[in-house]
Amino acid sequence: MPRTTGFSMRALIHMLAVPWFIATADVVYAQEELVTDLSHHQVSIQSNFTGAELLLFGAINVNTNAKHDIVIVVRGPDSPAIVRQKEKVAGIWINYGARELTNVPGYYSVISTRVTSEIASQTVLEHYGIGLENLQLRSSDDDDAGPLHDFIEATKRIRLENSLYSEDENGIQFLGTSLFRASIEMPANVPDGRYTARVYLFSNGKIMQTQTSTLFVNKVGFERLVFDFANKQPLTYGVIAVLIAIFAGWFASAIFRGR
Amino acid sequence: MQLYLPIAELSVNALIFLGMGGAVGFLSGMFGVGGGFLMTPLLIFSGIPPAVAVATEANQIIASSVSGSLVHWRRGAVDIKMGLILLSGGVIGSFAGVSIFTQLKQIGQVDLLISLAYVIFLSIIGSLMLIESIRAILRTRTGTNPERRHSGQHSWILGLPFRVRFRKSRIYISIIPPFVIGACVGVLAAIMGVGGGFIMVPAMIYLLRMPTNVVIGTSLFQIIFVTSLVTILHSVENQTVDIVLALILMAGGVIGAQFGARVGHKLRGEQLRALLAVLVLVVCGRILIDLVIEPEELFQITSVIGRGH
Repeated sequence: MPRTTGFSMRALIHMLAVPWFIATADVVYAQEELVTDLSHHQVSIQSNFTGAELLLFGAINVNTNAKHDIVIVVRGPDSPAIVRQKEKVAGIWINYGARELTNVPGYYSVISTRVTSEIASQTVLEHYGIGLENLQLRSSDDDDAGPLHDFIEATKRIRLENSLYSEDENGIQFLGTSLFRASIEMPANVPDGRYTARVYLFSNGKIMQTQTSTLFVNKVGFERLVFDFANKQPLTYGVIAVLIAIFAGWFASAIFRGR
Repeated sequence: MQLYLPIAELSVNALIFLGMGGAVGFLSGMFGVGGGFLMTPLLIFSGIPPAVAVATEANQIIASSVSGSLVHWRRGAVDIKMGLILLSGGVIGSFAGVSIFTQLKQIGQVDLLISLAYVIFLSIIGSLMLIESIRAILRTRTGTNPERRHSGQHSWILGLPFRVRFRKSRIYISIIPPFVIGACVGVLAAIMGVGGGFIMVPAMIYLLRMPTNVVIGTSLFQIIFVTSLVTILHSVENQTVDIVLALILMAGGVIGAQFGARVGHKLRGEQLRALLAVLVLVVCGRILIDLVIEPEELFQITSVIGRGH
């Protein structure tokens, strides 16, 4: 059972005790229920922000013995992005080729009870955009697929490296037969905006239920103030930055002059 | 102590940057240089986006130039008339520099522009300083007197029109050379996040033949206004001035400069200059290596809304 790695002992015992988990699938479907929520719906970026950890918890109510799986897809705001490739020109590495991708999520995380390819068919996963390889990134540039593919792969690779994208195939812990929870981790460089956490309840490769929660990542307080000020009133911001520096210089000189 | 920088959009250890500000401030106090040409590369090496590093460093230089120039102002060692001519060139240069910077930023080549500008200027300045200081050290060892410089001006500079008398500097020259020098320094300030004293001071001494006692005060006078303009232009065009990062660097820089100045008085001039030259060449070499060796990741993502990674 490779998927038990990383589980707490308690969760493991619970899981082994769950009858539906090991049962075969030849059952009549009753009505499944899925209820989920997030520990908080607002992530605040303040001056001491070093990343965030959210808890997604939920309950399933299943009357069948069928094997069920949970998949959570958390997706941050989409934005266009320019991806550049370096090439060696006259002995130095410079940005050479570039593609503009139109819908790059700022954050993308998939958490599941086991490897997604075992949970559902490729067609289903592709249709719902579940898993990093099924995350469809498009380009506005007319291009042959070969090079574009490299740019899309690089985007996913870099974001994975920055922890902005992640896949955790055993990140869901069951507490008893129906309660489950998963932790959603966000690094310090998460972008602002509206995020959705979509929870899928799978059985026999089919989606039985879906639940969507929304959360917001926002700069708040001083960070918000500085960021908004710099972007909305850049001229005043620049002038104030200059005045602060002049004052700091004068102040330093006044302090050290007396010595 | 982790601190989130609102414009750089990074969580950094504030103490490291305070220490960096202090170390560069110490060196600039010791050597009597601005320190921008060391600070901007250091910021880039530590992960600050180059565009943010340049604009933020321009903001910090204002503070160190104000406290430096106040000392010269009290001594009456500022040629305001010359400063204003340099500044008028500087204004044109700053606008041109920020405009080049913004256009190259849009086509993804601004990092290259910054790196190339640094490699070119640091290698030239570093080599000249090293050669000059080694010669000076050898002269003192062999006991020969330093040769006296000719006090005449270059003939082509004498021949230029629009000559004006600068009373404080006791020279009578065309306003074209100081205007051009000011403009070049303005471009460099905008592109490299430096004050440009390392270009302006030698140019004033060797090309304009200004007396050394007013050179530093006058150059600092010009730097205050040019870096102020560059800070405002970068804020308006690129929104890359991180005031939080600038304040940390200012605090570190001010304290470091005070200690550096004291140590600097005790050391010999030529050895100090040789040391600085080596430092400049090391920084230059590091930037050059980053340009030449194959990067681990050939791709780079830039979010169109906000800045990316």
